[in-house]
Amino acid sequence: MKVPVTITVNGQVYQREVEPRMLLVHFLREVLGLTGTHVGCDTSQCGACVVLMDGKAVKSCTVFAVQADGAQITTIEGLARNGQLHPLQEGFWEMHGLQCGFCTPGMILAAYDLLQRNPNPTDEEIRHALEGNYCRCTGYHNIVRAVRYAAEKLRVQA
Amino acid sequence: MATRYFGVAMKRREDPRFITGRGTYVDDLTLPGLVYAAMVRSPHAHARIRAIHKEKALQHPGVIAVFTGKDMVDSGVKSLPCGWLLPGMKLPPHYPMAVDKVRHMGEIVAVVIAEDRYTAEDAAELVEVEYEPLPAVADGAKALQPGAPAVHDEAPDNVCFRWSIGDREKTDEAFRRAHRTVKVELVNQRLIPNAIEPRAAMAQYNPATDEYTLWVTSQNPHVHRLLMAAFVLGIPEHKLRVISPDVGGGFGSKIFLYPEETIVTWAARQVGRPVKWTARRRESFVSDAHGRDHITEAELAVDEKGKILGMRVKTIANLGAYLSTFAPAIPTYLYGTLLSGQYEIPTIYCEVTGVFTHTTPVDAYRGAGRPEATYVVERLMDLMARELGEDPAEFRRKNFIPPDKFPYQTPVALQYDSGNYEGALNKALEAIRYKELRRQQEELRKQGRYIGIGFSCYIEACGIAPSQVVGSLGAQAGLWESALVRVHPTGKVTVYTGSHTHGQGHETAFAQIVADELGIPIEDVEIVHGDTGSVPFGMGTYGSRSAPVGGSAIVLSLQKIKEKARKIAAYLLEAAEEDVVFEDGKFYVKGVPDRFKTFQEVALQAYLAHNYPPGLEPGLEASSFYDPKNFTFPFGTHICVVEVDPETGKVKILRYVAVDDAGRIINPLIAEGQVHGGIAQGIGQALLEGAIYDENAQLLSASLLDYALPRADDLPPFEIDHTVTPCPHNPLGVKGIGETGTIAATAAAVNAVMDALAPFGIRHIDMPLTPEKIWRAIQAARAA
Repeated sequence: MKVPVTITVNGQVYQREVEPRMLLVHFLREVLGLTGTHVGCDTSQCGACVVLMDGKAVKSCTVFAVQADGAQITTIEGLARNGQLHPLQEGFWEMHGLQCGFCTPGMILAAYDLLQRNPNPTDEEIRHALEGNYCRCTGYHNIVRAVRYAAEKLRVQA
Repeated sequence: MATRYFGVAMKRREDPRFITGRGTYVDDLTLPGLVYAAMVRSPHAHARIRAIHKEKALQHPGVIAVFTGKDMVDSGVKSLPCGWLLPGMKLPPHYPMAVDKVRHMGEIVAVVIAEDRYTAEDAAELVEVEYEPLPAVADGAKALQPGAPAVHDEAPDNVCFRWSIGDREKTDEAFRRAHRTVKVELVNQRLIPNAIEPRAAMAQYNPATDEYTLWVTSQNPHVHRLLMAAFVLGIPEHKLRVISPDVGGGFGSKIFLYPEETIVTWAARQVGRPVKWTARRRESFVSDAHGRDHITEAELAVDEKGKILGMRVKTIANLGAYLSTFAPAIPTYLYGTLLSGQYEIPTIYCEVTGVFTHTTPVDAYRGAGRPEATYVVERLMDLMARELGEDPAEFRRKNFIPPDKFPYQTPVALQYDSGNYEGALNKALEAIRYKELRRQQEELRKQGRYIGIGFSCYIEACGIAPSQVVGSLGAQAGLWESALVRVHPTGKVTVYTGSHTHGQGHETAFAQIVADELGIPIEDVEIVHGDTGSVPFGMGTYGSRSAPVGGSAIVLSLQKIKEKARKIAAYLLEAAEEDVVFEDGKFYVKGVPDRFKTFQEVALQAYLAHNYPPGLEPGLEASSFYDPKNFTFPFGTHICVVEVDPETGKVKILRYVAVDDAGRIINPLIAEGQVHGGIAQGIGQALLEGAIYDENAQLLSASLLDYALPRADDLPPFEIDHTVTPCPHNPLGVKGIGETGTIAATAAAVNAVMDALAPFGIRHIDMPLTPEKIWRAIQAARAA
């Protein structure tokens, strides 16, 4: 049995029929082919699958596609606008905030959520906000710097 | 030649695809007609397989096939090979799927192939396996006890090998005349690597050409191809193309030939459709090769001046249920040989017993043997300093190998090429403001606050070499590296490297080397890796070997390119070859720099070959296979400062200073990133991580809910610095930096906690140093 859903992803409206048990992350990756959102675990620990749902960070492995019916989703593919990197993307590049790149999309979107709530976070607040996202490569040192870079840039822009 | 890129902290060229979600990992790939594999895994650690019933699974809509170990073996599939053999070692077969018995929880007993991922998982639960559970043993020491359940008939006492290094007699003698000795029993607990990208494989078979293509999460695609084709599936090597695209971290766990990619490749032919498998994290926990798992008894002896006389080490190394690809090398040649650390130790004796248990196989995990050795050495150094009432930094300094003694022959086979250990120690002491810190510690203790300062003065051996030597030690392959440099007619350059990047930034660092050597813009250089269809046979990336071995291979090829280009340039300039100078991308006649041909002009002539030296082949490309003369020996001092809350046992890291010497640094941004990540994993072992098996050899810590990886708020910012002692025997002077952090950090963090707990008289607690263990130790100390 499949059910119809209408989900807006990165500004584009998609109407598809999905199994009710299909996870949002599999909808994004396998139905829409948006493979920038990753799956790193099966217990909602790692955060590699974080996307924005109606502007808030969610772990898309913990949301069914049917729960996202009618929602606005932003994935890593939709973060840059008109070929212009988002300051967070820029920050991760400038500060070497990634190595293998696998956790990066989720990390960036979790940080996006933080900066919306708290445009001027301390290092401690950044670390606390990202504790739901594992990175095995960087030791988080440069991820913290990357988020700080983005926060500063966004404040200047605002 | 002016250095333009070497040593520059360039932003990485690979990053744009990763920060925009355009990386291509194995699970991102798809093919027309793709079907999915789900593994049926044993819930038992040890059981006889009575029967496997496929019927219900096969009747499930969408299921294409179900295969068992017997199906594979009947079709001629052989055991997965072990790539490092020790004398007298037991080598029981390891089939991709269990045939008659399972020997660890999570071992594969059947595979279900279905139209989609969800259906495959559903149907895997419908495969009915009749097991006869048998007694199991997970602990290395218990497996050696008489009457312990045997993992293999071939090794009834569970002993895979007994190995030793050093001089036993001389060492015993040193202990007999020692002024003071210390002894400690240490458990270096089992770790589960947890690269954030789970392992994955997708395979396709084309019956028209009899060719297979396998996309796999591999640190060494050629090694995968050779082992799988020649040893297991028996297919011609040139009919199997292995592609390892973007890989989400390896840390050793993606070196080895595993059952899953072998099953997928075999199954693709059986079902006539491409097959994909991606591990769920729970599968990663039971099937990725684990790391460490040593039980060690270690002793150190000193004379009346506090100079070391000898070291004695006895280790039980848990190898798991089967021998993974490089398993025997890790607790032997990568461990026993490192026990001299940075110190002048006249004699060392180490014996290691490799043991089979009913657990997931153990193999190289970041550092691989060297963190275990460093942990032994640096814990002993701390314990002895405390025993003698000496400052731990000064006790180390007193025993360092002095800079004028290099090359230095250790009593455990290695010859260190270069080093200046005091330089790194001094720099680290300054950075941490050591004297002031000790005063602070004293003050705070009076207030009931417990600060600890921990040292780790480590040595690493990377780029295992040369091939002849490793062969004589049991390696079934040499450990050289390849590089093919192809100059295109326009002067653009493609480098095909046998190294593999899974986070290390080769596409940037290697391009920096090439652009400098050829005097061309870095934009004109492309680095290709990870595809046996285009790259010459290479050994891949592990053991911090990419820069010293892979990078050196590129330099050799570039030298050949320059030699040939010079011949062409000399002809074009109508000059004698020996009079032609190459500088900043231009060939000119000595003394006449304004009469020149650019590298691009020469490249074009190499291919147009209209105006070209007679007797010289057209084209401009060169390949090299670089075999290092020796290991490289990075070293350094790490200092960790912690505060322990005596009421809760919680450890907070206050500062972490690392001074590393990895020789010349190609890209400081990347090098520092490697150190950060390494420290994080080292601290992870010290404070958080650890596999837990119960008495039935069930892995209890089998998910990220139960296994504590370091999170952002568990770690401090890192203070990184370095000294530079170039490697004297490779053309780049580089040593490798991928593992230094992991090798050093574990001991530094544990030593810091033990220093903090010294007022309680606590001498040693086994890792991970969880609040519970520390709290209990404090309670016990207070009660005593």
